[in-house]
Amino acid sequence: MILALAGNQNSGKTTLFNQLTGSNQHAGNFPGVTVDSKIGEIKGHKGIKVVDLPGIYSIRPYSNEEILTRDFLLNENPDGIINIVDATNIERNLYLTLQLLEMNIPMVLALNMMDEVRNNSGTIDINGMSESLGIPVLPISASKNEGIEELVAKITEISEKKRRPKRIDFCKGAMHRCIHAITHLIEDHALIAGISPRFAATKLIENDPAITELLKINDNEKDMVEHSVSEMENELGMDRNAALADMRYAFIEGVCAVTVVKPHESKEHIRSVKIDNILTNKYLAIPVFLCIMLLVFWLTFGLIGAFLSDMFSSLIDGAASAVDVFLADYGLNPIVHSLVIDGVFAGVGSVLGFLPIIVTLFFFLSILEDSGYMARVAFVMDKALRKIGLSGRSFVPMLIGFGCSVPAIMATRTLSSERDRKMTIFLTPFMSCSAKLPIYAVFTAAFFRSHKALVMISLYIFGMLIGIISGLVMSRTKYKGKPVPFVMELPNYRIPSAKSVLLLMWDKARDFLTRAFTVIFFAAIIIWFLQSFDLQFNFVEDSSQSLLSKVGTFIAPVFKPLGFNDWMASTSLITGFIAKETVISTLAVLTGSGTESLGAVLGTIFTVPSAISFLVFTLLYTPCVAAIAAVKRELNSGFRAAVFAFTQCAIAWAVSFIVYNVIRFMI
Amino acid sequence: MTLNEMKTGETGVIFSVGGDGELRCRLLDMGLIPKTKVMIRKIAPLGDPLELFLRGYELTIRLEDARKIEVRISS
Repeated sequence: MILALAGNQNSGKTTLFNQLTGSNQHAGNFPGVTVDSKIGEIKGHKGIKVVDLPGIYSIRPYSNEEILTRDFLLNENPDGIINIVDATNIERNLYLTLQLLEMNIPMVLALNMMDEVRNNSGTIDINGMSESLGIPVLPISASKNEGIEELVAKITEISEKKRRPKRIDFCKGAMHRCIHAITHLIEDHALIAGISPRFAATKLIENDPAITELLKINDNEKDMVEHSVSEMENELGMDRNAALADMRYAFIEGVCAVTVVKPHESKEHIRSVKIDNILTNKYLAIPVFLCIMLLVFWLTFGLIGAFLSDMFSSLIDGAASAVDVFLADYGLNPIVHSLVIDGVFAGVGSVLGFLPIIVTLFFFLSILEDSGYMARVAFVMDKALRKIGLSGRSFVPMLIGFGCSVPAIMATRTLSSERDRKMTIFLTPFMSCSAKLPIYAVFTAAFFRSHKALVMISLYIFGMLIGIISGLVMSRTKYKGKPVPFVMELPNYRIPSAKSVLLLMWDKARDFLTRAFTVIFFAAIIIWFLQSFDLQFNFVEDSSQSLLSKVGTFIAPVFKPLGFNDWMASTSLITGFIAKETVISTLAVLTGSGTESLGAVLGTIFTVPSAISFLVFTLLYTPCVAAIAAVKRELNSGFRAAVFAFTQCAIAWAVSFIVYNVIRFMI
Repeated sequence: MTLNEMKTGETGVIFSVGGDGELRCRLLDMGLIPKTKVMIRKIAPLGDPLELFLRGYELTIRLEDARKIEVRISS
């Protein structure tokens, strides 16, 4: 049995899904979409699967989330729908309910947050509402795990008995005549296509092109539909979309008038308004936001994350040296030995060091998201990002980019529009990540001793500047089109549920680990291979003889126009693809100097302009393999990830070229 | 007058919702339909977007979109 879980954003849908399935869930695999949806088996009910559909407010053919929901319900024939609604905000939540009812699939209404309604001395006449809507209505509290068993029992019962909604008719007057005329007209087509005739009729009135196509109606019938619609529009003095919205809200208001006793104003709402007096205050909003983010950064990269990361790294190092000793004792072939230690442990190990940081960061991010604060950030920052064609929602992922591109790219998942998501993913790496800091530190110490801080800050600002320019170019070219309208709910502040936070952390950790042992694993082995063998495939001790240095020498001329035609520089850029910190360690190894004396040696490879050019290139060129793996996951395409990496390199080359020549002429 | 011309704290009743395509459908779906009461809760610190209060919840929309919504002020 397959059940669909549908509802508005902020209705507690994810919380309910987590209660239903526990950790027994995995990402849904729907071809062609990058929308986040999950499938899980209901705890204690073997064989009953539930699909967590994206949070939406209406079934329109505009966003991918809405299209996925529509197509899932039409094509996958779920046995039943659990429609979760926020009882504290019932009018707007029922709007989606009415559209779901039209699909004529067995359905149960889960009235979430009923405890909150009752605590504010509001009531909902459950039986009355069930009567009016023609489906079972059950009060639940997803966060307190109340009413869940009853809900599961009810939905499985009516799904098994295929008990469809008792009414799907919410119209009257001219709209009623219009809908019924069209339903009658296209009934045969709809039944052949396997769509509820009533749903098909509404979609025809809404002009949903996909449904029109599915129904295969002829031009004559199309004209008759249009005729009915314009007759209705004339009679009501409203266009089709306004008339449909008006019909639905009128029905909902009627139902609520007799079944809902609203509290005057709920405690939670009053509290939210009070919190917002500070958090979205005209003067305080931005400083408070910056303080919160600084705190998150400090805790993640400075305190907890760094501590865990160090512990984790030393654990991996410990394991590596233990294995090292064991393999040496065992007398394993030195090449295989090197593969295990220098390839797998060094490569994957360096990337695994990120794991604690990612998990810690997502701990804070999910608290900010679930509490409702992220929506406020989007509200406060929207205007700043509007110019580059994005909305306030993109601000946080980009900000996280200054810490690490990997979680930043993973965090774009919360963006509701695919266009915004793609653009944000593309722009995030321009926010210089913390792993690039050691490179800046070594170079500025070597070349700009008296202006260290100035050069570093300039690099960060320069990266943002290139990001803004890229955003401007993108929003005027490839991503022209209309940006998704910014019409966003600001939900009441809530205390995040520990279960949801933990599950999200686990989810992200698992996601990252999967990549660490697939894409990143292979990349590490390829780099190890190039580093360890020469052209004749002999194992080399001196890395200057290796294939990698040959590749470095081969591509070095590419960087000649940028001022550094040097095989060591180009080789370090290649290893930088594994992790940015390795740019410095590679340079140290290749030049034969320790990291301490590296500064002096760099002076023989770089001039001041070419050092700046090199820094700009490292600032802008492709993010590390872990980030590219995240891009591949989020864009759902290896090809797009490769194009992404190549484009970043091309931009880096072009910008470094300009910077190098400008500076050369200035000095 | 239009929604963007209302002052913070003022309440009005929607008269008509203009605009077209996706934006208009979004506004309607979120409950911004004629005869609905709307209050301007706040303007974002950078001067845009607006925070509205309607049907018991808070919604934010941009000024340029608010310009398309005709309202009548009630006292």
